[in-house]
Amino acid sequence: MTASTQQFTTTSGEASQAGDVVLDVKDLSIAFPTEEGLVRAVSDLTYQARLGRTLAIVGESGSGKSVSSMAVLGLHNPKRTQITGSIKLDGNELVGASQATFQKLRSTTAAMVFQDPQSSLHPFHKVGRQIAEAYRTHHKVSKAVAHKRAVEMLDLVGIPTPARRALQYPHEFSGGMRQRAMIALGLVNDPKLLIADEPTTALDVTVQAQILDLVNDMQKEFGSAVILITHDLAVVAETADDILVMYAGRGVEKGDAKEVLARPSHPYTYGLLQSIPSATDDGTGDLKAIRGAPPSLLNLPTGCSFHPRCDFQPLVGAACIETLPEWRPTPGLTNRQLRCHLEDPVATLQNDEGAK
Amino acid sequence: MSDQPLLKVTDLVRHFPFKEVQGLRMTKSLVQAVDGVSFTLDHGQTLGLVGESGCGKSTTSRLITRLDEPTSGSIEFQGRDISHLKESDLREIRRDVQMIFQDPYSSLNPRHTVGSILTTPLKVHGLHKGKERARVQELLELVGLNPEHINRYPSEFSGGQRQRIGIARALAVEPKLIIADEPVSALDVSIQAQVMNLLGRLRDELDLAFIFVAHDLGVIRHFCDQVAVMYLGKIVEYGDKRKIYDLPEHPYTQALLSAAPDIAVARGAKRTERIRLVGDVPSPISPPSGCRFRTRCWKAQDICAEQEPPLIPSTSTDEGRGGRETGLHLQACHFPEVKKLVPEVVSA
Repeated sequence: MTASTQQFTTTSGEASQAGDVVLDVKDLSIAFPTEEGLVRAVSDLTYQARLGRTLAIVGESGSGKSVSSMAVLGLHNPKRTQITGSIKLDGNELVGASQATFQKLRSTTAAMVFQDPQSSLHPFHKVGRQIAEAYRTHHKVSKAVAHKRAVEMLDLVGIPTPARRALQYPHEFSGGMRQRAMIALGLVNDPKLLIADEPTTALDVTVQAQILDLVNDMQKEFGSAVILITHDLAVVAETADDILVMYAGRGVEKGDAKEVLARPSHPYTYGLLQSIPSATDDGTGDLKAIRGAPPSLLNLPTGCSFHPRCDFQPLVGAACIETLPEWRPTPGLTNRQLRCHLEDPVATLQNDEGAK
Repeated sequence: MSDQPLLKVTDLVRHFPFKEVQGLRMTKSLVQAVDGVSFTLDHGQTLGLVGESGCGKSTTSRLITRLDEPTSGSIEFQGRDISHLKESDLREIRRDVQMIFQDPYSSLNPRHTVGSILTTPLKVHGLHKGKERARVQELLELVGLNPEHINRYPSEFSGGQRQRIGIARALAVEPKLIIADEPVSALDVSIQAQVMNLLGRLRDELDLAFIFVAHDLGVIRHFCDQVAVMYLGKIVEYGDKRKIYDLPEHPYTQALLSAAPDIAVARGAKRTERIRLVGDVPSPISPPSGCRFRTRCWKAQDICAEQEPPLIPSTSTDEGRGGRETGLHLQACHFPEVKKLVPEVVSA
């Protein structure tokens, strides 16, 4: 599915309307050769990000959520990384692309906001200058014009007295303000895709709410696609449109975020949701934990990677251990796909929830 | 059990002196990290401390473990004032009060085996003489680790397992009170629940009292009996958890509950109201006069800048809950008003 062609663009860009696919990742595998063997960080990952929508990529540490997004911006060392499959960003194939291609696309087509704003802004340069520099890299304008643009961006992300703040250094900003400045930096060239990698994990609760609201507002303002990488399902529940759940480098379930969280169909998604305590619940009994620990990426389990921890594996039997389940639509649900051998996952999981 | 509380903290204050150089002039100021905190804790009870970074929750826990000495105020542990005890007199307290740290990576010495990490506290306190190894294996089993792994190094364990080692170390000397500073926030979601369940089980089996510092409001509600909400070195609201979560009166508590993303929303709960605070927490070097929250508060009036609101019992009544007992509920606001802000669960 591609976008309208009558749209005037200077690059090979295609996506222009809300709902158009900006990022199309197909069968992406990323592996890092190490002394101990090959670390399979991402295996056969397929997903799409659309303009005007927020896709949440959810998983625990080591699930490959960050590694896969860094590949979109070409942030892996090509000499030490094996990347196969396809990443199409606004029509440009990025697997095997040169650094020059990435440099052109970074910031203009895709930008990233990192978890730790402290270490991702340069401590020696004024905040305004850093934003202006990003703008001047892609636009032939004078320093004064770029500075004006930087002040505008700081204003847009809700930094009070932006003209004064633009002349300050990152250490003079608080954590939340730094993250706002990072978002301004990410959006200065009006990218079609903004990847936010755990943007609020380092922030306090009340500031986190401000930043998540800002990301949503900015998305409306710029109409871009947002990929929100997070481990926090509660954040997903309150912000995302679509969701991709990852486990050990693979996608295991995807669909509409609210539907997936309300009615998970993969045992892993279900297990995660069951294990999180809520501030609305007085219960003090045991939480329903997922047993065991995530597998080593050096040595993934055969078949479905989740089978050693899955409570429902006995219902299926040997298939879970022997064969990797393929993506398929979840029986009984629309707009939902999963990778699981369970015959009727929705009913099985619902019975389990009822049994408790 | 005696009627004496296990721990009684009264007007605890910790100010850190701080020198600031401006040109040729040097000004001495104070970081008011903890400023007049009081609470009590009984045997087997769990108190949750919540608040944002810089609110003094970690400093408070460091004061109670006496890793730091308070500027003023008193800490009574089992009736004995420990607030200014000398290092040599602290040994007993060190045994009774133990700590679990946030980061399972930096809180274990990478060059020591699990056996040696867990034997050290036994040796320091002269416990289980000659039978240390058996005790260590018993401890490993208690926290759900394989006792045969006694000779392994921390690097051979995963994050969740390391946190279990940290828990075993705290339990080694049979403490009465455990201070857990963000014990699960560094762990993966699927491991968090395992560790929470372990802590809950140990608390019940060993009749431990806990001070549980965390920023995750769901975790606090699940684990604690009482909750103290802190803001800029002061407790703004304190009471039974049901009061704090369902009938919060202080605007800051309300803002916190309303801002925290909650998994219940995924299960269909609806938010009745969203409160968005503007700005950041002011500096603890020169906190606002009067009520410290007033600079971000939507209710603030002149009196809030002039008078500091005391932490007083809430006057609202808890209706519709059977009213078996009213329960503890203190708040520090000039204009308290009950508002329910956790998402409303719509029962199917």
